[in-house]
Amino acid sequence: MAKFTTLTSHAVPLPADNVDTDQIIPARFLKVTDKHGLGDSLFCDWRYLKDGSPNPDFVLNEAASQGAQILIAGDNFGSGSSREHAPWALVGWGLRAIISTGFADIFKSNSLKNGLLPVEVSPEVYKQLMQAVQLDRTTKITIDLPTQSVTGLGSLEATFPIDAFSKHCLLEGIDQLGYLLSFDEQITGYEQQRP
Amino acid sequence: MEPRTLFQKVWDNHVVVQEPDRPAVLYIDLHLIHEVTSPQAFTGLRERGITVRRPDKTVATMDHSTPTDPKALKVIDDQARVQLAMLESNCEEFGITCYSLGDSRNGIVHVIGPERGFTQPGKTIVCGDSHTSTHGAFGALAFGIGTSEVEHVLATQCLLQRKPKTLEVRVDGRLMPGVTAKDIILALCAKIGTGGATGYVIEYTGSAIESLDMDGRMTVCNMSIEAGARAGMIAPDEATFAYLKGREFAPKGADWDAAVERWKQLRTDDGATYDKTVTIDANTLGPMITYGTNPGMGMQISESTPKVDAFDDGSQKAAYEKAMRYMDLEPGAPLAGQKVDVVFIGSCTNSRISDLRMAAGVFSGRRVADGVRTLVVPGSHDIKKQAEAEGLDRIFKEAGAEWREPGCSMCIAMNGDNLEPGQYAVSTSNRNFEGRQGKGGRTFLASPLTAAAAAITGEVTDPRSLLLS
Repeated sequence: MAKFTTLTSHAVPLPADNVDTDQIIPARFLKVTDKHGLGDSLFCDWRYLKDGSPNPDFVLNEAASQGAQILIAGDNFGSGSSREHAPWALVGWGLRAIISTGFADIFKSNSLKNGLLPVEVSPEVYKQLMQAVQLDRTTKITIDLPTQSVTGLGSLEATFPIDAFSKHCLLEGIDQLGYLLSFDEQITGYEQQRP
Repeated sequence: MEPRTLFQKVWDNHVVVQEPDRPAVLYIDLHLIHEVTSPQAFTGLRERGITVRRPDKTVATMDHSTPTDPKALKVIDDQARVQLAMLESNCEEFGITCYSLGDSRNGIVHVIGPERGFTQPGKTIVCGDSHTSTHGAFGALAFGIGTSEVEHVLATQCLLQRKPKTLEVRVDGRLMPGVTAKDIILALCAKIGTGGATGYVIEYTGSAIESLDMDGRMTVCNMSIEAGARAGMIAPDEATFAYLKGREFAPKGADWDAAVERWKQLRTDDGATYDKTVTIDANTLGPMITYGTNPGMGMQISESTPKVDAFDDGSQKAAYEKAMRYMDLEPGAPLAGQKVDVVFIGSCTNSRISDLRMAAGVFSGRRVADGVRTLVVPGSHDIKKQAEAEGLDRIFKEAGAEWREPGCSMCIAMNGDNLEPGQYAVSTSNRNFEGRQGKGGRTFLASPLTAAAAAITGEVTDPRSLLLS
């Protein structure tokens, strides 16, 4: 997994609540057997017109969005299905962090395993960031994982929560399976006790 | 000992290691897998050169991308064909039981788990599918996981989990005729919203829950995720034991008696507390229907959709307006009478024998309205056989509905069964997200009774009007 320490980037504003995983990556793209190449299908049904050409009204297609590594989206982002294809598609497009007021559980868990940082902020901070980014698409935001802080817009400084273990894994680029495998002896002990 | 909730008891029984400031290492008793969320996990195992720790605790089925057209059981495309073949070869390589397309034990993963007796009270059950919450109906702790976690469980039979909070959803009272388990859970989603239970495991309690049969309890637990909860649980009781007794993988003989004694302890103790409680009065519930683009946007069919100015919150108002534009519906108007193009009866929410019996009760002696395409898709081959033995298939076919082969079908629309752009469907499935049932399709979620009523009249209809006549 890619390490995450500090990220400074311009951002893509998506001011919609309850963006579900079917919007992030529709089910018809789930027939793949690897993790790669899903970035092209990210937000497919919003991003492309009927004839397959890019929808000029969708924010991801705007020139100002290109190269952005941060997405700012409305509350309850990633609700719905457990498909890890959602973070694979977001990361595949180039995103490294999502700022929102809340995330669905499974989406958050999946993101943390793919080096994609869910940054949960208060409604006030969300509003400030969203307005600033919508007003000036070159606005840079800094997300610093060691201090769990979001800074930008001159004076804005906010903190976000993350559990100590996920933080450690992201900072070091550790994948969680290695850690889990280290408990082999205890797992065997448990299995012997409760077959 | 401190009084404990049902959830706490199952959790405590499965903690292998709990280090400070670390998630618990939680043991998993049953791992269900399917074609869509497992290929990358097996690839990961191979890359690390490790094997499946407990193939005996792992069961595979094919359901998401399988075809359901009985005339030509044709897989939609090469990509799906490769995915299905890969599940078979992965299972063969690692020694996992796989119920492939065409196998008499094949069906939707959350239907066959209970049906074959794999699902049991007190077990921890996971699957790379958010509707794994279904199995909580048996007093199991069951939740959906991502593909990385599928790999974790394959490799170690464990997961790293932080302990969730508990939410009691208490449903007391009696459901009126025409009101079903689906209406309870749609009412909960409407009440607390799609993020209302994020971070919680729900335990459903109360007389209305206890009166549900196992199929109804599965419907309720299935959609816990639509309120944001990863898991929903119901304490096991005589109905649970009666359902499981004699099933292929349920304990037998003396083991059965010992298991039932153990399972009887899986109740929330007097004096145990939940982090939060929500109550619903079953007496006041009516048949529900969703009007928007998430399962929380629902109401009783007798009501009108909200007026735009009913929302104070700016982002909620924007979300509502966006949903109504997608649905092409007028805010503040009744939904009853809205023309429908397709009716879908099926999915891991409502494809079990009780659901089909309910629907058949409405179809019996009636005809599907002209121009309405109606699909009835049983959840498994066992259910299909049972329905045919009861003559339900004849009722559906004589009414003009399609009686199809088991699978996820039009709930996920990645298998050849889908809505056309702009079509309206009344669906017994679990999600009404934009494009969920096909790009540009518009979904009204409802119970099997309401779906069947819509098929007969060709419009959104309160099913009680057909039950009384």
